[in-house]
Amino acid sequence: MQELINIFVKSIFIDNMVFAYFLGMCSYLAVSKNVKTAVGLGLAVIFVLGVTLPANFLLNKYVLSSGALVWLNPDYASIDLSFLSFIIFIAVIASMVQLVEMIVEKFAPALYSSLGIFLPLIAVNCAILGGSLFMQERGYETLAEATTFGLGSGLGWFLAIVALAAIREKLSYSNVPAPLRGLGITFIVVGLMGIAFMSFMGIKL
Amino acid sequence: MDKKLFIEPLFKNNPVTVLVLGVCSALAVTVKLEPALVMALSVTVVMGFSGVIISLIRNTIPNRIRIIVQLVVIAMLVILVDQLLKAFAYDVSKQLSVFVGLIITNCIIMGRIEAFALGNKPMASLIDGIANGLGYGIVLVVVAFFRELFGSGTLLGYHVIPAQWYIKNGGFYENNGLFILPPMALILVGLFIWVQRSFNKELIEK
Repeated sequence: MQELINIFVKSIFIDNMVFAYFLGMCSYLAVSKNVKTAVGLGLAVIFVLGVTLPANFLLNKYVLSSGALVWLNPDYASIDLSFLSFIIFIAVIASMVQLVEMIVEKFAPALYSSLGIFLPLIAVNCAILGGSLFMQERGYETLAEATTFGLGSGLGWFLAIVALAAIREKLSYSNVPAPLRGLGITFIVVGLMGIAFMSFMGIKL
Repeated sequence: MDKKLFIEPLFKNNPVTVLVLGVCSALAVTVKLEPALVMALSVTVVMGFSGVIISLIRNTIPNRIRIIVQLVVIAMLVILVDQLLKAFAYDVSKQLSVFVGLIITNCIIMGRIEAFALGNKPMASLIDGIANGLGYGIVLVVVAFFRELFGSGTLLGYHVIPAQWYIKNGGFYENNGLFILPPMALILVGLFIWVQRSFNKELIEK
């Protein structure tokens, strides 16, 4: 249990997807103009990460990694399918996103229309695929660990996008030098937020 | 016409600083110049080929499932690049870690395929892909150049700052550790945009 809390806190603050690895930047910069849409997208990302990570974890453990097919037949011990992981992971993610899109369209039509094009684009949000690849690279051992990591990094992304959206709403009233307006100042703000988040780095759990 | 297709993405229509595509990897691999160059090359190759392939089959892809088809084509090319890097440049491939795999979800590639290759001939798509890859590469190389020079005092692993300048050797100079840290990449890209927009007034927002 302590291990799980450790992974959870670590993936939210210390290994934050946005500030430590720059994952999911494209939609992060594009959808952070107001808090309401940012919250919607953030929730969708938490959900997709929380669903795809356990699915990909099981696939990785029982199909893809080296010698994983032993449960089918002991002769398969030498088979290593890990080179296929990119394509399998992205297929799982794309289908999950399709599912989320259908659910949101049915039960929350208002959110669906405000998210617009960005909902299908979660499929190509690097934070999602990045989550699965980090899970594979760091070798989480149990399903619970992988799920916790997914939910934690989703929550970290959610916090980051809501914080940036709040800052940008305030920023629209300030007098920024013309060439820096819009994208330029956003980059610098995110950089400063990143420096602030780095204060978590020394924490050992 | 072809010339314009090639020149515009390099600066005036740069995918990273103007279209805001592919920012994630542009920032993460720029601590050192070498991985940045390898990354730029890999993205350019994947973009060129995926543009050609999608453009060749653009009339046969059903519209509803085109995203999945595009992802499969891109993922196939990325697997090839990843395996090649592991075979011939293992150290760099370790440094890039998950970011090679993340080329799949690099929005530059999806974005250019959606916006260009789906509606144009293979040759034009090839040029568009390569030019956008190079435009992305320029930003990567500029950011990586400053980060490596000020952060570690080296360029491509060679020491550029004379050793006797350092404080520990009795000099006056010390590497700026801030440049190694992730947030500095964002600030450098912000400054890059500032400089670019000061020269190109029509890019200024609002």
